[in-house]
Amino acid sequence: MTEKIKGSKIFIESLKKEKVTDIFGYPGGAVIDIYDELYDSDIKHYLVRHEQAAAHAADGYARSTGKVGVCLATSGPGATNIVTGIATAYMDSVPMVAFTGQVNVGALGKDSFQEADITGITMPITKHNFLCKDVNDLASTIKKAFHIARTGRPGPVLIDMPKDITQNKAVFDYPEKADLPSYKPTIKGSIKQIKAAVNLIRSSERPVILAGGGVIAAEASEELRTFVTETQIPVAMTLLGLGAYPYDDELSLRMPGMHGTAYANYAIHDADLLISIGMRFDDRITGKLATFAPNAKVIHIDVDPAEIGKCIAATVPIVGDAKAVLVDLIKYVKESPVDKKIDWLKAIAEYKAKHPLIYKMDNETINPQYVIQQISEMTKGDVIMATEVGTHQMWAAQYQNHQYPRHFLSSGGLGTMGYGFPAAIGAQVANPDKLVVNIAGDGSIQMNIQELSTIAYYKLPVKVIILNNQYLGMVRQWQEMFYKKRYSSTDLEGMQPDFVKVAEAYGVLGLRATKPSEVRGVLEKAFEHNGPVFVDMVVNREENVFPMVPAGGVLNKMILQKEAK
Amino acid sequence: MRHVLSVTVENKAGVLARIAGLFSRRGFNIESLAVGPTENPDYSRITLVVQGDDLIIEQISKQLYKLIDTYKVVDLTKINHVEREMVLVKVSITASTRSEVIEIVNIFRAKVVDVSEKTLCIEITGDQGKINGLLKLLKKFGIAEIVRTGSIAMQRGTI
Repeated sequence: MTEKIKGSKIFIESLKKEKVTDIFGYPGGAVIDIYDELYDSDIKHYLVRHEQAAAHAADGYARSTGKVGVCLATSGPGATNIVTGIATAYMDSVPMVAFTGQVNVGALGKDSFQEADITGITMPITKHNFLCKDVNDLASTIKKAFHIARTGRPGPVLIDMPKDITQNKAVFDYPEKADLPSYKPTIKGSIKQIKAAVNLIRSSERPVILAGGGVIAAEASEELRTFVTETQIPVAMTLLGLGAYPYDDELSLRMPGMHGTAYANYAIHDADLLISIGMRFDDRITGKLATFAPNAKVIHIDVDPAEIGKCIAATVPIVGDAKAVLVDLIKYVKESPVDKKIDWLKAIAEYKAKHPLIYKMDNETINPQYVIQQISEMTKGDVIMATEVGTHQMWAAQYQNHQYPRHFLSSGGLGTMGYGFPAAIGAQVANPDKLVVNIAGDGSIQMNIQELSTIAYYKLPVKVIILNNQYLGMVRQWQEMFYKKRYSSTDLEGMQPDFVKVAEAYGVLGLRATKPSEVRGVLEKAFEHNGPVFVDMVVNREENVFPMVPAGGVLNKMILQKEAK
Repeated sequence: MRHVLSVTVENKAGVLARIAGLFSRRGFNIESLAVGPTENPDYSRITLVVQGDDLIIEQISKQLYKLIDTYKVVDLTKINHVEREMVLVKVSITASTRSEVIEIVNIFRAKVVDVSEKTLCIEITGDQGKINGLLKLLKKFGIAEIVRTGSIAMQRGTI
């Protein structure tokens, strides 16, 4: 094929080669040629109402499927608006390719209209980025970007495309392989190390598995389940690892860390061996590093060598993909089975019996935990649940009965308020027949509330459940506990809009519950409604999230659920 | 401890910015940095002199490797290597001190590359010990300006 085609056409053809079917974006001057091409393309473009939402939607699309999410923004402000979405994806290792328009090559560096150095800006928050200055390089650059985004430790990649690159013509020749001589992620773990790990497991008395987002990214949930069945080792899951193992299983410790279960935290503190799979010892998990799991040796499995030894020294480091390493681990524990640690499992069962997750509720006020519990009962885990960031996020993590990988979408690393709603949109686009719910707070939802317009226009049946306490609740909780109840800029009573009316203004069904007795009925109505719903759950204003390990604290010294107020 | 890292990177736009950004973002300290092309024009070599204990150096190496354009990172500190730096020093002189300065320069096998009535510009190449030795002796004459290249280094023997 020697016919030359426009860069904008090369862009479309390259996406097709990467089997991209849906993208999220917002037009502008620098990408107008691409939008002209999209006008009659098979690729479905979802117009969001703010570029940040395009990035989060691509992220939700990617997290809920494992495919690479794609977003598109124009130069300058369009590009800077996706920065938060890229940083969110980077912190949580989400495969994404973000395309930005740019001023013409000749206008670069001249402070031209709508010029921003987006490759410079996103250097520390992308796995890699490119400024493509020649239309002849566009196809190979896109090939590289998708390859980098989805392999090894996944992450966002940005391609900045000057406008004249999309207008100039070149022969379209999509390479078979990405030409990246320096990029070779390690997938298979060292057999020597894996054998050392098995020996360590065999000699341990109190082992705990810590499963992170890497298990889900590597599609290794099945392998994790087999490994746990074979070894009978209890498993705790990080926020990003939720769904990697059935939450309500006997061997599940649920989530550890700052707002984790007491039994997960006690188990980790007492453990003599941590088997960490695809998790990176975030400070929300460890508290103070010096006192974290003081008696534990560590088997650290991660596809990113830089994570090993970054926070915690590993006794047995294994660089490799979680799935590949688990397959090998299973092979060796099957060859010579590991004894069940009966005393340890008994101790854990006692912790679980003594410290379940609890809250108290009367008949007058809805407790937020109750709402999540109802959703959990109604869906039995068969729901894609996105969250915003704050107390509602922690309750969603604690009280939803997480059963399946890729069903919980939450900004763990960056903690981005405003993530959940657009992420739910992306997930709904990718999973049109699934129930997709966004658990929100009254603070977070307003950070991307304009996306009501998107779900209304595309008739995306996302159910947004706002746990409305008229506070910025997480900060308020800290202020209550550590700042003498000085609720500086967190009390929003009387300042919040009528969310039902807001929804209705956009043509979306708005529902409200104010009493516990109404919760189930409202949720049923929302889930049965054939379209998007915005639910205002008026909840107990000063409910706190417990247990709590204060920042920099020690896991076994956590603050447990207080007596009812 | 002082470490000398030899980093081979693809010769592409922005590579240096990525490395500099990595160091500032992660709080690693660079003592010196020297960049130039290698025998293969597709690659550049960056010689980094950094301070840190073994754990920090390990993190620095891993973080460097993580950059897509990084081909190879070698810590030369613990292997037999040659290290060189070039320094230009402008020393204040008078008619009476000129010959003494030139004598010192000769002893160090350094070179006088520029002379004026009141200054001598001296070029010296060597390892840190030699360079610091010369600078120490020149100090009393009054050093007007120093320009250093940063260390470059190469493993001895083997191919």
